[in-house]
Amino acid sequence: MTLAPAARDRLIGLLSPALLLLLWEGCAQVGWIDQRFFPAPSRIVASFLRLSSSGELWGNLATSLARLFWGYLLGGVPALLLGLAMGLYRPIRALIDPLVAATYPVPKSAILPLMLLIFGLGEASKVAMVALGVFYPMIINTTAGVLEIDKIYLDVGKNFGAGRWQTFRTIALPGAAPLIMAGMKLGAGLGLVLIAIAEMVGAQSGIGYMIRNAWQLMAVDTMFVGLIVIAILGFAFNWALDELERWLLPWKARS
Amino acid sequence: MALPELALPPAKIAIAGLTKLFATRGGPFTALDGISLDIARGNFCTIVGPSGCGKTTLLRILAGLETATAGRAAIVADDPTKPLNAMVFQGESIFPWMTVWNNAAYGLRMRGAPRAQIREVVGHYLDRTGLSPFADRYPQQLSGGMKQRVSIARAFATDPEVLLMDEPFSALDEQNRTLLQEELLRIWEEGKKTVVFITHSVDEAVTLGDRIVVMTAHPGHIKAIVEVPFPRPRAVLGLRRDPAYGALVFRIWGDLRDEVDRARRQEAEVAA
Repeated sequence: MTLAPAARDRLIGLLSPALLLLLWEGCAQVGWIDQRFFPAPSRIVASFLRLSSSGELWGNLATSLARLFWGYLLGGVPALLLGLAMGLYRPIRALIDPLVAATYPVPKSAILPLMLLIFGLGEASKVAMVALGVFYPMIINTTAGVLEIDKIYLDVGKNFGAGRWQTFRTIALPGAAPLIMAGMKLGAGLGLVLIAIAEMVGAQSGIGYMIRNAWQLMAVDTMFVGLIVIAILGFAFNWALDELERWLLPWKARS
Repeated sequence: MALPELALPPAKIAIAGLTKLFATRGGPFTALDGISLDIARGNFCTIVGPSGCGKTTLLRILAGLETATAGRAAIVADDPTKPLNAMVFQGESIFPWMTVWNNAAYGLRMRGAPRAQIREVVGHYLDRTGLSPFADRYPQQLSGGMKQRVSIARAFATDPEVLLMDEPFSALDEQNRTLLQEELLRIWEEGKKTVVFITHSVDEAVTLGDRIVVMTAHPGHIKAIVEVPFPRPRAVLGLRRDPAYGALVFRIWGDLRDEVDRARRQEAEVAA
């Protein structure tokens, strides 16, 4: 039987992690790897079932998702608006660009203590960390997206009497949309990284907290459950944003 | 006392002493050098000249996309509710993120036209340009000729006082160009708008225009103005059989050749 290349690639894509898991399980059962550090996948699954039936997992997941949501919104929306303005107006770009360039390279995790100091141990500091992570890729990509729009489209807008807001809405935003979407994907990934870090250091709930707590209790299988949940979240966000892109940008070439 | 019947000023477009300088590293560059030209109401005026003669700059000043260094270029408004001009740009200017319909409706939407009017007018011009079956397509799925049709529909839909066209067919292959010239003339016959049409093709200038303005190479000024005697409505292909057509093309080529040669020499000097 022959398979189409695309179907074959998908099959290989499913096969490789399955093989790895099988190998892992086998080695763990035989005792070739230390189960204290690498519990067998079957034990992780058992632990997953236990944590989900007790509701512990869902509670932590819901907390993390809520923080991600608010952080994404509070970081992404201002970045989008500022990025559009920077792309369209030189003086605004001249004003904000150096600030972004200077603060962007500072590792966001290094700002966490400062955030904890300013916002306390409550929700605000966690939301602020996510917002920071989302803000930079969004503002940088949005600005670049607007700058990349062919000048002729701005001439068209001007010639047909588009006002400032209309230029925003009908030219800058849709024209920059492909790069904005790329920024949203980068931001989602960074947001996930930062929420995990923030929750490990200064939180009493969330997936990051669950992982840290498991470490203190030496419950390695719980730790793995947390890691896997984060991996699944990353995958799910990317998939959801891909779908959103398909829906929002029907004019883009589908490859 | 009876009011005079024709209170309208004679010219629709009045250009006087129009000069445009661009700042370049090597000092000011004179794109337009004291252009004066009146274009009558309902006239289809074609402007032909060697590349770099400033004809696009002239159009951009008329469109309000560029300001003049000296002199003035004014479009006389007959109906203050209409936009002064609408431009058909050279190259791809329709928004890739809008469907054909939304692109054609763009000008009307920006002017806040009522929904019913948009539906009627856009429907009409998409019909006239043969684009109705493609109303929901995105530009990416269209050929170059179809994209320029959308651009033309978009300009006509706003019902401007003056239509400005900047080498709209220059990127098209010969068959498509001929087809679009025919379509343009057909649509234009419906309303006889004042048109300024820039081209580097003498054939195109003669085929479409009532009047041909021949421009010199840099710095751009007017070398000759030629009236085109052919009656309307014109058939693009039929016209080419007319011996008078060949004679006129030949004559304008004579005017232009010196300019093209001069433009070449200037380029060679700059390169040297």
